[in-house]
Amino acid sequence: MSTTNNIAQARKLVEQLRIEAGIERIKVKQQFSAMLVNVSKAAADLMSYCEQHARSDPLLVGVPTSENPFKDKKPCIIL
Amino acid sequence: MATQEVPLNETLAHLKTESETLKSKLEEERAKLHDVELHQVAEKVEGLGQFVMKTRRTLKGHGNKVLCMDWCKDKRRIVSSSQDGKVIVWDAFTTNKEHAVTMPCTWVMACAYAPSGCAVACGGLDNKCSVYPLSLDKNENLAAKKKSVAMHTNYLSACSFTNSDMQILTSSGDGTCALWDVESGQLLQSFHGHAADVLCLDLAPSETGNTFVSGGCDKKANVWDMRSGQCIQSFETHESDINSVRYYPSGDAFASGSDDATCRLYDLRADREVAIYSKDSIIFGVSSVDFSLSGRLLFGGYNDYTINVWDVLKGTRVSILFGHENRVSTLRVSPDGTAFCTGSWDHTLRIWA
Repeated sequence: MSTTNNIAQARKLVEQLRIEAGIERIKVKQQFSAMLVNVSKAAADLMSYCEQHARSDPLLVGVPTSENPFKDKKPCIIL
Repeated sequence: MATQEVPLNETLAHLKTESETLKSKLEEERAKLHDVELHQVAEKVEGLGQFVMKTRRTLKGHGNKVLCMDWCKDKRRIVSSSQDGKVIVWDAFTTNKEHAVTMPCTWVMACAYAPSGCAVACGGLDNKCSVYPLSLDKNENLAAKKKSVAMHTNYLSACSFTNSDMQILTSSGDGTCALWDVESGQLLQSFHGHAADVLCLDLAPSETGNTFVSGGCDKKANVWDMRSGQCIQSFETHESDINSVRYYPSGDAFASGSDDATCRLYDLRADREVAIYSKDSIIFGVSSVDFSLSGRLLFGGYNDYTINVWDVLKGTRVSILFGHENRVSTLRVSPDGTAFCTGSWDHTLRIWA
């Protein structure tokens, strides 16, 4: 039952798990160094960014035809 | 043979237990911080009105499915690539084609404009990423100046220049991402961690430092440190391949689009998913996502030929756009946010505003 195939597969799995364990270790380290914020703070920050930049977002507030180069006043011509 | 097996099995079992323990510790810590949902916090925000967005330009010229596109920093030029191997540079204002190059391979799945506007990068089934300097002389043969930069062992799924024309970041079907020096073609850093094809990547906005996010067929979105090659954060909540990832303009979050028909928002500082953009009526995969300039709107291109526009904060859909006659395969908002461009399997690109 110890064919070369099984060993090769097992090695691949061990490698993958090593990488995953590595990633998990880093994440746990980060967590315990209290770099995380709770969702209410994170959400508040996202909202405040949206609010601050809303006025300068052309797709959000719409810009007059004269100011948007893609919205021209003449009708489209089909070539 | 028996003696070789036992240590291997033990190591396996040991690593599995370690992995499981760490994962549950992580979940415990995360759960403590999950005090509220984004859309709840956003209840007090004013709702968005009706949106009128239409196709303002249609770019015709590709002979087959458009797979990828990118805007030039000048906000008017666009590079696009298609299944038939053609890479075209357009002036989106006039719809004129400025340059065209035929790649030696089909399925050019990735293309990107250099920050200077003087070159484009592309690649696909050739497993490479090549850079073509754009010349002002229309008669010059672009293919002659081609520079092979990246070499992967499977298809190139995405590429992006970093802050300069000097470095390119690539992702591949071989499960890795890599950072290359354009001039020498040297591999500067490789990023291992995905368990399957990597389909997309996006660089963090320059103010937030040297990180990027990638999404793959393993349903994971990974955030990487470009200098060390380490994966610093990983998110696995999607139920299928992640086709597109895009940073929120502040750099504190990113959105993803997946074959599971949902878009999701992940906050990097809370280290968790904070919103899902989905509807029972939407059953086709999302191929591509991008934010409007303020981050309030999320545009998603879908395999059912439509574009859905989402209110990022409230989690609701604000608009659905029709026009393409086949899958929307790529979508990018212009650098100044005045419009967005979509590319489709119907061979065309459309500019919406």
